[in-house]
Amino acid sequence: MTTAIATPPAVSDAPSSGVKAARLLRSEWTKLVTVRSTLWSLLLLVILTPGLSALLTWLNEHNWAKADPSQRTNITDDPTSFILGTGFAFGQLTICVLGVLVMAGEYSTGSIRSSLLAVPKRTPMLVAKCTVFAALVFVFGELVAFPSFLIGAKILHNHVVVSLSDPGVFRAVIGGGLYLAVLGLFALAIGALVRHTAGAITGVIAFVLVLAPLAQLLPGSLGKHVHAYLPSEAGHLIAQAHQAKGDLLSPWQGFGVFCLWTALLLGLAAWLLNRRDA
Amino acid sequence: MIEARDLSKRYGDKLAVDHLSFTVQPGTVTGFLGPNGAGKSTTMRLLLGLDRPDTGSATIDGRRYRDLAEPLRVVGALLEARAVHSGRTAYNNLLVLAQSQGLPRKRVDEVIELVGLGSVAKKRVKGFSLGMGQRLGIAAALLGNPDVLILDEPVNGLDPEAILWIRNLLKRLASEGRTVFVSSHLMNEMAVTADHLIVIGRGKLMADCTTEEFIERSSEKSVLVKSPDVARLAELITADGGVIAQADGDEVTVRNLAAPRIGHLAASAGIELHELAPQAASLEEAFMELTRGSAEYEGSIGGAPIPASAPPSSAGASAA
Repeated sequence: MTTAIATPPAVSDAPSSGVKAARLLRSEWTKLVTVRSTLWSLLLLVILTPGLSALLTWLNEHNWAKADPSQRTNITDDPTSFILGTGFAFGQLTICVLGVLVMAGEYSTGSIRSSLLAVPKRTPMLVAKCTVFAALVFVFGELVAFPSFLIGAKILHNHVVVSLSDPGVFRAVIGGGLYLAVLGLFALAIGALVRHTAGAITGVIAFVLVLAPLAQLLPGSLGKHVHAYLPSEAGHLIAQAHQAKGDLLSPWQGFGVFCLWTALLLGLAAWLLNRRDA
Repeated sequence: MIEARDLSKRYGDKLAVDHLSFTVQPGTVTGFLGPNGAGKSTTMRLLLGLDRPDTGSATIDGRRYRDLAEPLRVVGALLEARAVHSGRTAYNNLLVLAQSQGLPRKRVDEVIELVGLGSVAKKRVKGFSLGMGQRLGIAAALLGNPDVLILDEPVNGLDPEAILWIRNLLKRLASEGRTVFVSSHLMNEMAVTADHLIVIGRGKLMADCTTEEFIERSSEKSVLVKSPDVARLAELITADGGVIAQADGDEVTVRNLAAPRIGHLAASAGIELHELAPQAASLEEAFMELTRGSAEYEGSIGGAPIPASAPPSSAGASAA
């Protein structure tokens, strides 16, 4: 305790915006990778997504003869969408939870206060957090999308042949990672708005799992439109090889709608972050 | 130097900080006193840009906190509520802050050693005691080697050894020419740590003076008088303008009359004195007196009348 208080790191000249951005990204990266929730969420993602893709694809292949013809058509029409959809339906929940924790966790532990003392202009902190988190989720998203697809395609090859070189397939598999990255940001935005872990997770899950079936209960074309433009319903279209019959939006249109939802929520989160007391 | 000008902050219908203005000078330890709920933490949060003031402004070395490019190199802060991620290790919590300011890893090791957390640096903060948490908070405050320190209740939850350590640390930081602004509700702690005091009650400034001056100003002096003929002496004292604040057997506590005058009254009347002792008020008493004022009389300093043990009418009756 007799150590000198300082070997003063002399106050540097006002750092350039590039230097500041690099520092913020490094700091947010450290935040992200030094908590266990990140490790556990990504581990679950990596196990659940290809695992469930393989399991559900295999179950369908195994019962091919007994399956409903419409179910078989569903698979042969767009096997990519089927393979990715099965695994991601579960795997995406880990990203929903992690996205919320990345932001709401700062509030529940109180670390938001040190974060804002270090970066009192708050928007750059949010931008850096989003950048680092989306990049990490995108990489892991691709790490699960490609194996999921390749395993599923192999299981189905007796009934339908699909490869990465087929039209739209490569984009759809890449799209799996893109979808997860934007979903992560969507959850992060809700976490920033709600600032309460349990509440925000409930909110995100409601958006992703509850609203879609509810919207389908709405009568006629209204229900169809509302359903099509819901964030995760529109977003996961990017993981289809081509627009399915009866879908209102193309893969890229759907993804655009999802990005728009996310951008709006993040914009609102940034506005509130600057206005609210921490 | 810290400057608060006309700061106000309202939460719902409660005015937590009420048009508060003060400056905190470098080179001394400035204590920030007030009872619980007086607005100390809120004021500090306003200084640090965590909350937005409803009126007024706060600057540090002439700049708003939000305008500081590398704030941790200018201001070190310890907040009352824990402000680190409990799932992260002590080292990583500090590393996150260091990286955001472009400070080297070496500096993290230095402050960890400085606060004596070397053996638990790689442990998650979740298991830390209150005292270890406070040390980590102080490490975070010192990380950027700042010229200004704003510490909210730094000795909270610490054992006596650690309190002594903090006290010496604060004095050393001030002696190096830094601005040290430290809040506490422990009057006696401030008496031995702070050179200057800023006292608030219900969000309003009650006193802004040196510690000595504070005791002097805000406490009415009293004299303890012991005499076998105390009743007759009490009459003389009252007739001369003194106030009997307390009576207990052959002892009375007198206010508003100095000891030499009481001695003179006793001598002229031939009354035997066994004790004649001026009572110096402690910081604790001065503070309680001031804050009682803030609670009941809307903030007059030292002007609140202390009711005598017996109302004047009944005192007159007993004398008759």
